Amino acid sequence: MTNPPKKGNRIPRQSAPELSPEARKKTFSEVSLGYTPAMAMLEASRCLQCKKPKCVLGCPVHVRIPEFIRQVAEGKFLEAARTIRETNALPAITGRVCPQEDQCEKHCVIGLKGEPLAIGKLERFVADYERESGAEEDIQPAPPTDKKIAIIGAGPAGLTAAGDLAALGHEVVIFEALHQAGGVLFYGIPEFRLPRNIIEMEIDRLKKRGVTIKLDYVIGKIKSLDELMIDDGFDAVFIATGAGLPYFLGIPGENLNGVYSANEFLTRVNLMHAWEFPEFDTPLHAHQAIAVIGGGNTALDAARTALRLPSARRVSIIYRRSSEEMPARHEEIRHAREEGVAFRFLERPVAIMGENGWVKAVRCQKMQLGEPDASGRRRPLPIAGSEFDFPADAVVIALGSGTNPLIAQDAKDLVIDPEGHIELSDADIQMTSKPGVFAGGDIVTGAATVISAMGAGKKAARGIHDYVMRSA
Amino acid sequence: MFNVIAKDELAPGVFRFVVEAPQIARKARPGQFVILRLNEHGERIPLTIANHDEERGTLTLFVQAVGKTSLDLSRLEKDQGILDIAGPLGLPTEIERFGTVALVGGGFGIAALWPIARALTAIGNKTIALMGARSKNLLLLQEEMHAAASEVRVATNDGSAGMRGLVTDLLDRVIRDEGPVHRVIAIGPVVMMKAVCALTRAHNIPTRVSLNPIMIDGTGMCGACRVMVDGKMRFTCVDGPEFDGHLVDFEGLENRLRGYLPEEQQARERLTGGQECRLDTTGAARSQP
Ligand SMILES: Cc1cc2nc3c(=O)[nH]c(=O)nc-3n(C[C@H](O)[C@H](O)[C@H](O)COP(=O)(O)OP(=O)(O)OC[C@H]3O[C@@H](n4cnc5c(N)ncnc54)[C@H](O)[C@@H]3O)c2cc1C
Ligand code: FES
Repeated sequence: MTNPPKKGNRIPRQSAPELSPEARKKTFSEVSLGYTPAMAMLEASRCLQCKKPKCVLGCPVHVRIPEFIRQVAEGKFLEAARTIRETNALPAITGRVCPQEDQCEKHCVIGLKGEPLAIGKLERFVADYERESGAEEDIQPAPPTDKKIAIIGAGPAGLTAAGDLAALGHEVVIFEALHQAGGVLFYGIPEFRLPRNIIEMEIDRLKKRGVTIKLDYVIGKIKSLDELMIDDGFDAVFIATGAGLPYFLGIPGENLNGVYSANEFLTRVNLMHAWEFPEFDTPLHAHQAIAVIGGGNTALDAARTALRLPSARRVSIIYRRSSEEMPARHEEIRHAREEGVAFRFLERPVAIMGENGWVKAVRCQKMQLGEPDASGRRRPLPIAGSEFDFPADAVVIALGSGTNPLIAQDAKDLVIDPEGHIELSDADIQMTSKPGVFAGGDIVTGAATVISAMGAGKKAARGIHDYVMRSA
Repeated sequence: MFNVIAKDELAPGVFRFVVEAPQIARKARPGQFVILRLNEHGERIPLTIANHDEERGTLTLFVQAVGKTSLDLSRLEKDQGILDIAGPLGLPTEIERFGTVALVGGGFGIAALWPIARALTAIGNKTIALMGARSKNLLLLQEEMHAAASEVRVATNDGSAGMRGLVTDLLDRVIRDEGPVHRVIAIGPVVMMKAVCALTRAHNIPTRVSLNPIMIDGTGMCGACRVMVDGKMRFTCVDGPEFDGHLVDFEGLENRLRGYLPEEQQARERLTGGQECRLDTTGAARSQP
């Protein structure tokens, strides 16, 4: 099936098989099973191979989409994998977690009349095929440069920069605060969406390239930036510490037992295995009625994780706008609905009610949509006198995160904006105002996406390479 | 892996560990803590750094065997390893010349006060250590405190050592009888810190307390360690562990410390086959800073 030109619109978008809602809702197994080779080739054959591909412009790291799609259509899966990896170091991950409907697929021309090409699913297929084929990456390490680069934080930004810098011949050490590399990919995004072995494999791949990962290293505490650069001889530092500081609502009752930030709730389960308590030591209460506040990916991850806990009877998402405004990936919203998460739109919590120190209900207020706000979404306005109590014994707050303060607390010479983001003095190369110190990912942009963090990691790697080679 | 290089039992169920962690030892300051995880199935718990030896590259940690993790830890022997130790975390204690500083330690909190006492005395403060425990055999670090502080007073609930009564009675007496106290640092069970703050508020003496909420990451990422201070939400692991005691919402803290008692009980029973004593619900017994 080589490059069938005009059939595009006749073959429907191939949906990848999934575990049925019944089969999956009490397990942490991955929901989407991905394409078979035949399905992938069929789907890829829908691509029109546009001369001026818009999809590529929609991709934050400009994956050469038509090229890899053509290779898939021709059955050259490993070649396709190489094409993707030129610009995207973690395709098995982005294929699963990118909001494709807002990026590449949004610009796909066949999407104008029908359903866009399933670029994300194809990316995932290619990456999985490569992994399962056991094809070893032919690593041609560049000659050693004798330059040492420190990377702070092992999330997607840090991991991506590490890979690129190692390939350029630099000695790379990643310092990670937690006992596990991966950042949000590991502690935030649940297993049923992103299996752990995929993250582990990407980490192993980095180690094979010679990257050292030091866990339990909280930079700013155990070492300052200056100590890294002056005492330890690192020629440059890349700060990729993410947006780890959870926001709370600032309403009464938030300190009751049974109230969690989404980060805490997800970390207990994903990183600490609380659902396997007492096999694992970290506990999580046997909550039955869990209310999740928010409408982003984090809220959906928390809700679907809650649903999978053995004790859970009812899981609801409370969101102050309507379904159209939900920023979460569409697939997650669909999956959550299928699994039985109840959505409560146009309601906002005004207090959390307790009894004996524990959550008993969420006091909500009804909302209506007004004029569009700065984000272009219609502004939710409270309806006076509409308060009511929604019973719950746990509340998970998923309102996003501010930036982690540890580095800023310690390095007073970095320029930090009022929200705590590190300011860049040269955004093209991700360099901060402090010489030799670069930054990227959520710590610069605020909570964003995996792919944008990776893009920043790539840019930083180029910037750092130029910087250290110039000062050679 | 972090090696245990010495271990001894100071009081029934209270253990002192010296572990090898040279990088952390180099940066540790009084008032800071570490988060450790014993093994792949372990939880992350905070422990105060009671001493650090930069030259030998070691940390001294105290553990009271009450919860599953602290029991597991108490069973570790010399030359065995702890899988993860991250630190030094939290902001260090302010070490300045204040004048006369009363250091009030209850039970296990004494371990956390010890390095603070040394540092404050070393720069010329008059330090009065007020140590309280239920009974003589639970009094920790008496010798060390005598060496570290300018003066030491002891109170026990049963009168088996020092004055019979509470450590707050000692403090009350010092404040009334011994001239101005410029600062109080109180570390111990929440009830004790609360009582100390009530007393010092009446006398207008600046008082620092070191809080011991439940923690997970210790880097500000999860918010489990949140407490209300002066009506604002603060994360103990990054903004603390010390706060102005007159502004802390102790009731909120107490409530959150009770949050996992049933699960702790369950885990402990599993470990000990149900042969266990009651849990101290004040948080006094938590193996935390
Ligand atoms: C629950 C959840 C679901 C999400 N779902 C999606 C999704 O479906 N699609 C998507 O595109 N995006 C999603 N996101 C957003 C995405 O995960 C982030 O934008 C992305 O991970 C940011 O990458 P990063 O490398 O900048 O930071 P992070 O992934 O946050 O990694 C930062 C790392 O730095 C470490 N660190 C912090 N401080 C220090 C220090 N002082 N010293 C050493 N190490 C330190 C942290 O422990 C962490 O490991 C989600 C986020 C969450 C929380
Ligand atoms: S322990 Fe997680 S934020 Fe403090």
